[in-house]
Amino acid sequence: MNAAGFPLLSLITWLPLVGGLVILAVRGDEDTVASNARWTALWTSLIVFALSVVLWVRFDPAEPGFQFVESATWLPQWGITYKLGVDGISVLFVLLSTVLTPICILASWDAIRVRVREYMLAFLILETMMVGMFAAMDFVVFYMFFEGVLIPMYLIIGVWGGPRRVYAAIKFFLYTLAGSVLMLLALLAMWYQAGTTDIPTLLHTQFPASMQTWLFLAFLASFAVKVPMWPVHTWLPDAHVEAPTAGSVILAGVLLKMGGYGFLRFSLPMLPLASAHLASLMYALSVIAVIYTSFVAFAQTDMKKLIAYSSVAHMGVVTIGIFTANAQGISGAMFQMLSHGIVSAALFLCVGVVYDRIHTREIARYGGLADRMPAYAFVFMVFTMASIGLPGTSGFVGEFLVLVGAFRVNFWLALLGSLGMILGAAYALWLYRRIIFGRITRDDLRGILDLSPREVAVFAPLVVLTIWMGVYPSSFSQFWDATVGTIVVHNQAALHLTTTLAAANP
Amino acid sequence: MMMHWTTALPEIALACCGMAILLLGALTPRDTFRIASMLTIGAFLLAAMLVIAGPAGLAYHDQFVVDAFAGFIKLLVLAGSALAVVASLDYNEHENLRRFEFPVLLLFATVGMMVMASAANLMTLYVGLELQSLSIYVLAAFARDQLRSAEAGLKYFVLGALASGLLLYGISLVYGFSGTMQFDRLAAALTDPAHVSPGLVVGIVFVVAGLAFKVSAVPFHMWTPDVYEGAPTPVTLLMGTSPKVAAMALLVRAMATPFGHLLASWQQLIVLVAIASVLLGALAAIGQHNIKRLMAYSSIGHMGYVLIGLAAGTAVGIRGVLLYLLTYVFMNAGTFAVILAMRRRGEMTEEIADLSGLGRRDPAMALWMTVFMFSMAGIPPFSGFWAKYFIFTAAVQSGLWLLAVIGVLTSVIGAYYYIRIIKVMYFDAPGEPFDPRPASLSLLAAGSGLFTTLFFVIPAPFVGAAEAAARVLFR
Repeated sequence: MNAAGFPLLSLITWLPLVGGLVILAVRGDEDTVASNARWTALWTSLIVFALSVVLWVRFDPAEPGFQFVESATWLPQWGITYKLGVDGISVLFVLLSTVLTPICILASWDAIRVRVREYMLAFLILETMMVGMFAAMDFVVFYMFFEGVLIPMYLIIGVWGGPRRVYAAIKFFLYTLAGSVLMLLALLAMWYQAGTTDIPTLLHTQFPASMQTWLFLAFLASFAVKVPMWPVHTWLPDAHVEAPTAGSVILAGVLLKMGGYGFLRFSLPMLPLASAHLASLMYALSVIAVIYTSFVAFAQTDMKKLIAYSSVAHMGVVTIGIFTANAQGISGAMFQMLSHGIVSAALFLCVGVVYDRIHTREIARYGGLADRMPAYAFVFMVFTMASIGLPGTSGFVGEFLVLVGAFRVNFWLALLGSLGMILGAAYALWLYRRIIFGRITRDDLRGILDLSPREVAVFAPLVVLTIWMGVYPSSFSQFWDATVGTIVVHNQAALHLTTTLAAANP
Repeated sequence: MMMHWTTALPEIALACCGMAILLLGALTPRDTFRIASMLTIGAFLLAAMLVIAGPAGLAYHDQFVVDAFAGFIKLLVLAGSALAVVASLDYNEHENLRRFEFPVLLLFATVGMMVMASAANLMTLYVGLELQSLSIYVLAAFARDQLRSAEAGLKYFVLGALASGLLLYGISLVYGFSGTMQFDRLAAALTDPAHVSPGLVVGIVFVVAGLAFKVSAVPFHMWTPDVYEGAPTPVTLLMGTSPKVAAMALLVRAMATPFGHLLASWQQLIVLVAIASVLLGALAAIGQHNIKRLMAYSSIGHMGYVLIGLAAGTAVGIRGVLLYLLTYVFMNAGTFAVILAMRRRGEMTEEIADLSGLGRRDPAMALWMTVFMFSMAGIPPFSGFWAKYFIFTAAVQSGLWLLAVIGVLTSVIGAYYYIRIIKVMYFDAPGEPFDPRPASLSLLAAGSGLFTTLFFVIPAPFVGAAEAAARVLFR
């Protein structure tokens, strides 16, 4: 059995769905249903969060392998098992999902007024899919959750989104699906080679070098869309702009991490030769993403679009870190993903706060909010600084480690990567100045109210986390140090083996 | 040689039930549509039990075979036909088609399909196919007062007769060049692909063409949209379920058993047909606004995926075929249950736009339709994903990479029109509400929906049954 003594991960995974069924069963007039749905969703997600804290407490950071493992027969003759477990890479992503879901539900408390029942149901299904995906130890289970995420997200963008929501939802759906079906073929090829879809077994299966390249490209098609990497990032700004606030939060906070997690879980450790071989391609795409999208972000007039483009740039740093394939780079990528999960989610929430009041996201419509909304100005500042990567905030640690890792690979890579930090500072500060500082020119801004207690409750945990991650990063990085160490060792051993073989048989 | 006549007991019993129901209907002056329908469902249940309990083996001078494969197909056919009867209950009442002949014809079509599943001889194959086809020609034209239905029946008949002609021609060529119509003797005679005369290969091509017509694979698909649109909707539901299953079973058995050693000869053919079908199914459906026509193109695409499994030419591929058919029957029946519920002020509506805002008008129906559409698009965890999973497993295993890549990419294109329907239901403003839906359709939609949704929980028994059925063909 596992450290918790009972199937904890299954409980965390499926409990939201149970809450969803409860919501479906609610009867009554629309207001009653809406209120019941909100409270049920909030309590379900809080209980799930409480359960996931057990993971945080009981997880043994010294153990590099999977923990809390549980399995049940599913399709035994065909090597497919329902198997869940977390290791250093995935455990904090599970926590990230369970932290952000109640925050999202709180953030949509007043903002969502139509079809509340369906909305809350969609979020709970989404939580099941996210947690299941990070906890999956079987490739088929992983794929099922990975693609299943599309269903609630498509509906969230399409039903509760902005004016161009249909276009954005369909674009999001088709882009992501096109990538993942190619991964499905890679999955089948791996299954055919190894006879199982068990992830720990696949981690120790050596795939032939030529096959690795094809598998890598198939994975790239899927994860690059999710991350998203340049040039397949174009769905992201559309999806972010049209999605409701909480949808953007989950999209930026968790769904983008699914791509990075995929690279780290599958591409790098399972396909070490192809990862080394194609690393320069990954660096090139990432550096283009960092520099190009930073410039694009600078030219935006819509707040959400600006943050969406900054997400692409930040995730570019993540992909640089992952493919440096050294401990600093990967550790930095992990940190950057978690930090970005918190910070970008919080920035979207910040946009949501003013959007709920003024109903526009035009940067030019705002100005001088510091006068009327001091608490908001403070919160927004914390997250802007974290986004820039100010030391003492979570953003700094990740970017710094990635750049250290990149220096070990190539000076120019590190230099170009660090350009992103400078450009990031430029557009983020520009955004902050335009919205918070200056003179209030418009009448509706004069009457704007500061954060409500509910909003304070939404932001408080995120502020604490941002500072905590910045001031005491090792309380987070200790979770994955052992696992990352194994990945690096394993990776180098595989590369070394090939070079010795090549030397032995010239 | 001993005549194991009992091997055909399910078919015999079903045919006798059919005649009894026919007599009852003809001799009773009262309206017997409902009772005849119920008796038909009862007869299907009886036949299903006989299929499960019945002995396996060859009978009737080796012309009739009962094995795990035939059993799987027969149960699926019976299920599909029973779903069609349930779907017709309310529709026929409203559309003034309440005649007892409807379930009886459906029953005889089912007998034909069961014979097809057990065919071990090209003649048995043909007899079963014709019994099925003739009954369905009449069913397609059942709404004889409607021009569309009459046209559909006529069109189906003319083109179907042409396909039967092709098939017969192919059968005669095969017989002429090999001297037998027995599947096992053909298989024994054709073990060495090098000694196969070109005439025989031409014969195989004709057989494939005739059967491809029945499964509406490109380039023999032309009839499908028109007939789907014109036929009474329960008949359209039927055409998408059991006849497709039976015809595909026939194609699979014919390719795997007698011509199994000629894989190299027919594989290219099936690959081409499969690619053309998935492409056409994905692209031609995009422009449709009538939901029955859309489903016609969607079925062409789905049959293309099924053919990918056949093209693999292995037991794994056939397993994929069977699982795909299994999931498709329920997805299709469920989708048509929703289409049948699209009625306003007593008039059936068939435009996709009529579904607008169904998510608010009728959340339960919209939810099931969403399940079916995501499933057809192949999104996990719904059963349609598993169908595609097992099909592509086979393609990858047989090294048919081109086919696999084209297959997954067209599934993305296909996803566009499926999620467009979801978009219409959830994102668009609600239109005028539909009439209250009858219990039979709610039951049909919920039953099929539950199967489609929960398939992933315990797939092992189904996969195991399909694997056992597929192995039989590769002994």
